Amino acid sequence: MKAAEQSATRVAEGLLALSQQEELVDLPNHALSASEDEGDSDEERKHQKLLESIGSLDGKKRWKLAERSEACLKVSEFNVSSEGSGEKLLLLDLLEPSKTSSSLAAVKKQLSRVKSKKAVELPLNKEEVERIHREVAFNKTSQTLSKWDPIVVKNRQAEQLVFPLEKEQPDFAPIEHVLSGWKARTPLEQEVFNLLCKNKQPLTDPLLTPMEKASLKAMSLEEAKMRRAELQRARALQSYYEARARREKKIKSKKYHKIVKKGKVKKALKEFEQLQKVNPAAALEELEKIEKARMMERMSLKHQNSGKWAKSKAIMAKYDLEARQAMQEQLAKNKELTQKLQVVSESEEENGAEEGELVPDAVNEIQMCAAGPNPWMLRNCNSDANDEIQKDPEQPPEPVVQEFCEREEDETLGTEEEILLREFEERRSLRKRSELSQNAEPVGSQATKDSSTKEVLAELKALTQKLNQKNCQSQKPKVSSVRTTCQVQKQECALEEEEPLLLQRPERAQTLEDLEELGHEEYSETKEIPGLVLEGNQTERAPNNHTDTPKGKKKKEQMIDLQNLLSTKSPSVKSLAVPTSVEELEDEEEKHQKQIIKEAFAGDNVIRDFLKEKEEAVKASKPKDVDLTLPGWGEWGGIGLKPSAKKRRRFLIKAPEGPPRKDKNLPNVIISEKRNIHAAAHQVRVLPYPFTHHQQFERTVQTPIGSTWNTQRAFQKLTTPKVVTKPGHIIKPIKAEDVGYHSSSRSDLSVIQSNPKQSSRHRKKQLKKNSID
Amino acid sequence: METVPRPGPGVPPKKGKLQAKRKKPRRYWEEETAPAAAGASPGPPRKKKKKNQEPRRQKQNSHNSEKSWVSKKPQFTKKSREQKKPREHKKPGPQRTLSGAQDPFPGPAPVPAEVARKFCRIDKSKELPHSLPKTRSKLEVAEALEEEISVKAARSELLLAEEAGFLEGEDGEDTAKIRQADIVEAVDIASAAKHFNLNLRQFGPYRLNYSRTGRHLAFGGRRGHVAALDWVTKKLMCEINVMEAVRDIRFLHSEVLLAVAQNRWLHIYDNQGIELHCIRRCDRVTRLEFLPFHFLLATASETGFLTYLDVSVGKIVAALNARGGRLNIMAKNPYNAVIHLGHSNGTVSLWSPSVQEPLAKILCHRGGIQAVAVDSTGTYMATSGLDHQLKVFDLRGTFRPLSARTLPQGAGHLAFSQRGLLAAGMGDVVNIWAGQGKASPPSLEQPYLTHRLAGPVHGLQFCPFEDVLGVGHSGGVSSILVPGAAEPNFDGLESNPYRSQKQRQEWEVKALLEKVPAELICLNPRALAEVDVISLEQQKKERVERLGYDPEAKVPFQPKPKRKGRSSSGSLVRRRKKVLEQEHRDKVRQSLEQQKQQKQKKQKAKPAGARPSALDRFVR
Repeated sequence: MKAAEQSATRVAEGLLALSQQEELVDLPNHALSASEDEGDSDEERKHQKLLESIGSLDGKKRWKLAERSEACLKVSEFNVSSEGSGEKLLLLDLLEPSKTSSSLAAVKKQLSRVKSKKAVELPLNKEEVERIHREVAFNKTSQTLSKWDPIVVKNRQAEQLVFPLEKEQPDFAPIEHVLSGWKARTPLEQEVFNLLCKNKQPLTDPLLTPMEKASLKAMSLEEAKMRRAELQRARALQSYYEARARREKKIKSKKYHKIVKKGKVKKALKEFEQLQKVNPAAALEELEKIEKARMMERMSLKHQNSGKWAKSKAIMAKYDLEARQAMQEQLAKNKELTQKLQVVSESEEENGAEEGELVPDAVNEIQMCAAGPNPWMLRNCNSDANDEIQKDPEQPPEPVVQEFCEREEDETLGTEEEILLREFEERRSLRKRSELSQNAEPVGSQATKDSSTKEVLAELKALTQKLNQKNCQSQKPKVSSVRTTCQVQKQECALEEEEPLLLQRPERAQTLEDLEELGHEEYSETKEIPGLVLEGNQTERAPNNHTDTPKGKKKKEQMIDLQNLLSTKSPSVKSLAVPTSVEELEDEEEKHQKQIIKEAFAGDNVIRDFLKEKEEAVKASKPKDVDLTLPGWGEWGGIGLKPSAKKRRRFLIKAPEGPPRKDKNLPNVIISEKRNIHAAAHQVRVLPYPFTHHQQFERTVQTPIGSTWNTQRAFQKLTTPKVVTKPGHIIKPIKAEDVGYHSSSRSDLSVIQSNPKQSSRHRKKQLKKNSID
Repeated sequence: METVPRPGPGVPPKKGKLQAKRKKPRRYWEEETAPAAAGASPGPPRKKKKKNQEPRRQKQNSHNSEKSWVSKKPQFTKKSREQKKPREHKKPGPQRTLSGAQDPFPGPAPVPAEVARKFCRIDKSKELPHSLPKTRSKLEVAEALEEEISVKAARSELLLAEEAGFLEGEDGEDTAKIRQADIVEAVDIASAAKHFNLNLRQFGPYRLNYSRTGRHLAFGGRRGHVAALDWVTKKLMCEINVMEAVRDIRFLHSEVLLAVAQNRWLHIYDNQGIELHCIRRCDRVTRLEFLPFHFLLATASETGFLTYLDVSVGKIVAALNARGGRLNIMAKNPYNAVIHLGHSNGTVSLWSPSVQEPLAKILCHRGGIQAVAVDSTGTYMATSGLDHQLKVFDLRGTFRPLSARTLPQGAGHLAFSQRGLLAAGMGDVVNIWAGQGKASPPSLEQPYLTHRLAGPVHGLQFCPFEDVLGVGHSGGVSSILVPGAAEPNFDGLESNPYRSQKQRQEWEVKALLEKVPAELICLNPRALAEVDVISLEQQKKERVERLGYDPEAKVPFQPKPKRKGRSSSGSLVRRRKKVLEQEHRDKVRQSLEQQKQQKQKKQKAKPAGARPSALDRFVR
């Protein structure tokens, strides 16, 4: 009942408010229609409203529009409704006139057109627009930046970065690889290609043509080398000759030319004489030539003081002695030239020639001898040559050189070897004779040399033997003597030092090839000698150590002694012929010693002491409990009174059990558990970033990087700096071109985004292509 | 025409031209018919040739050739070739060169995998925790680099021209019976000259030391005689009498400086015998050791102190009280520069200058220690005690004796050679034991060589890079030939026996620049390449404290609120619970798997335990 009353009052109040509103709203209307039936309509409406409000008390429909039932002047705008006929009011309906007219069709069309177009949407507000812009910009930039991701990752993982950034150097591919990938593309290339094909030239392989191969096969490398060397030599000789000729041509000295001319004349004369001997007919021709020259001279006025120069001299001759002389000379020359040829006596010439030849022979011989087939002789002879030169100091050194040249030429020719050898033989014999006459030492020829060296060696052998004997002799008395003095030792040392010097000599002589066999024999002999000597020394030393032992049994005694010192357990020892008495003696000794030891260590028990020490150490290293009991707190305290067990238990903080001791299972060891703080200061105590456990980090630092433990290359690799900068260069920020991206190409970017790995591979390929091109 | 096989050295080069003419010369474009012939050519001559070792050598050679020619190409070379391929232009046939000749051995030379493995340092046996892709890529890079470098190193082994050889008895002959005289007789003159005795009876037992290059020898007699000489040429550098007892003598980093432990103090002389320093802070020194990479001179004194002197700056780095009484046994570990001291209570203690207490103490003998020596790889330590025992210990963590032997007379001096031969001086006899190979311990069954000297041994050292053992004794100094003792190939940049003065000076500067700080001496030098986990954790903790939260901690799952009424608090709790349970289940599954694996391991271990194998000693 109560609730109903309340609701009723509420409704009433609402109605009141509504009615007031109506009144307010209706005020203008009211003013307009004040003249007409005021009271009736007002009341009626009020009544109607009341009915409606009562009808809507059920809560479903609170507001019901008034229905217009009759036409009136006053139309409330609030009461207009489309519900009248139960269908929606369309715009067309409004336009539709009561009667149809064509004029309205255009308007209709326009209207339909307007209707078909959608209405323009409202512009978004500023914040939203900005947000969208931001999003778009972010996407764009992240896209553009994401292409750098692989590069950033690569650089982060790179072992070394070099700044300023340089484009990757293309790998130096072998030329074969480059050529194998090459193909003729341009028309020119193709043409060349065709040409090569036609002429059977190698195309892809830059190898030799079949012709070249054949030619190469025809001549071996060695032959080719020899030929080349010959050619080189010839060329060199030619150039020398040319240079010499040029130089001589340039010489302006008249005197020189005079001498040269004279020399030429002499040479011609000589040749003529030789010709006379060999070929008289040719000589006659030559003679005729000379005759002709004489005739010419007689005919001409060349040396008859009629020239320009002669005339000027004639003027000067009155006063100048030199000029007079010059004129005289010219005249003399004329005379000489016009003189008839005289025959020279042959005997004189021969003598002269002999004299001229003999002198260089002595030297030549040695050289030629060296020029023989055996190159090893060369050095030897050279060494001897000094002596030779000393023997005949009057010899000029030039001929030697000349002869050398000759010899070389001979060698190159190669065919005249035998002839030359014969000549040498003759000369040698000649020289030998001369030397014999001079009472000089017979050194130089091969045969004599052999004999001499043999003699030397024999002497050496004898000497060494003598020395050895001496050693033995000197050692024997030493052994017999009771004590060696320092002096004797020194002597011995001196002897020992001398020996190797002496012994080495035959070995040096061995370098001669001719003496090789002999040397071998000698060597084997001498080889034995040092061993013997050493042995002698050894045996001599041993008795020094044990003067009391008899000399004869020396060796045997030593063996026994050594074995005695070894333990007798090994079977090999027993197999030896050891006298039993000695063994027994040893056993006795051992027993005796054992007893001594037992006695010595009877008192101290080493093991017990050690265990005690260990116990103490263990105790000391154990973490101690903390006792926080306060005696006398909460109970009686004083001397002789102990806090109760319960209390003690309560206030005792037990130390945590430490890790087990390292020497827990090692009874004979005490390992200190103390931490080495000084060493710990050098240890790593902070884990670096990506590691989460110390074991991981330890694994990465286990390889030593020092050069002591690594090869040089490995060391360099291990210690390469992470970043290398070139001094004095500007480090510019990275660009797309640096990495191989082309900023313009969008497709590239998309590829990168889709699959960075593939893209990188692709890039590499591109790089390679570039390098190949 | 270089490929044409040349006549042997015995044939005299007579009439070369004629010969060449007669023979049909081989054209350079003709293909080689028998390329394998080149490979069969014998290798370079060895350092020492002995008649005894001939058969073995041939065998080795044949084996080598088989390896290089028959073996399949190793994996990594293939890989590398594949990597290289894309660079080249692909062609179906073999590449032809301009001359038309074909490469009979295309591609890089194959490298045997075993050799390359020798140079691999990354320990791949350990399982790594799961790593992120970025980390994984880094690891992969590191591994690839290591592989490449190891291949390079293996390839450069070709340059090691010399091979080590051993004396071998003819079928069952005991090599110990071969006397020095026999060896000297058999070897060439140059090698025979390396055997000599210096009779110096006047100035008492001698201590001796070879320089690092093996070229120089210094020895000091107890009665004050100090001398240094180039022992190869026997050229004396200096000879003085210090008029005081000489306890020990040692070359410093080069042969120019000499440290002499005299009766009172430590003195340093130069190679002319001029006294440069008298170090009074090191008094009553009994033994000297020089650590060349750290430039440290370690001195053990009668007062029981181990003192480290930095010779590059002249400062005393550390003076450690060994608390073991008089110290007179000392050896250095060349691998990690740790000093081994022998004590009278049968223990050997290992020392580093940065730690005040011994790094380790090993009980080796029942009696006092007489001598200690450590091999060049730092793997084995030989000790001899007053109980007349000679033991070889493994230093790789187990410290257990690998072999032991009772000697009739205790070894007073021990020395290891570069290739792992062990020499022991017992009275006036020197015994030398050899192992199977370079990395194997010397087997103490049979001595390899024995030699008797003029007096009781007082100092022993193998000469570096020469097959020579220097022995100082009461009768002087003698050098003995021990075939196969030394490393045949030397590092020319590190210790070059033939270096000139200029080279030495250059090396000195370099060595000083590369000086290793003294603090880095520790038992396992490879541990320095590890992260300092303790301080790492400490730092982490501090950071958490500073920030107030752990930035790296895994945040517990927080369900996201969902819309449309589905994010009620109940559903949130349910979702969180679901995830937590899933995690828990995973954990349980993992732990179960681990348990299973452990069980399997135990089961596996059990049968092995029933029958102990030789490898058990490496199991901790």
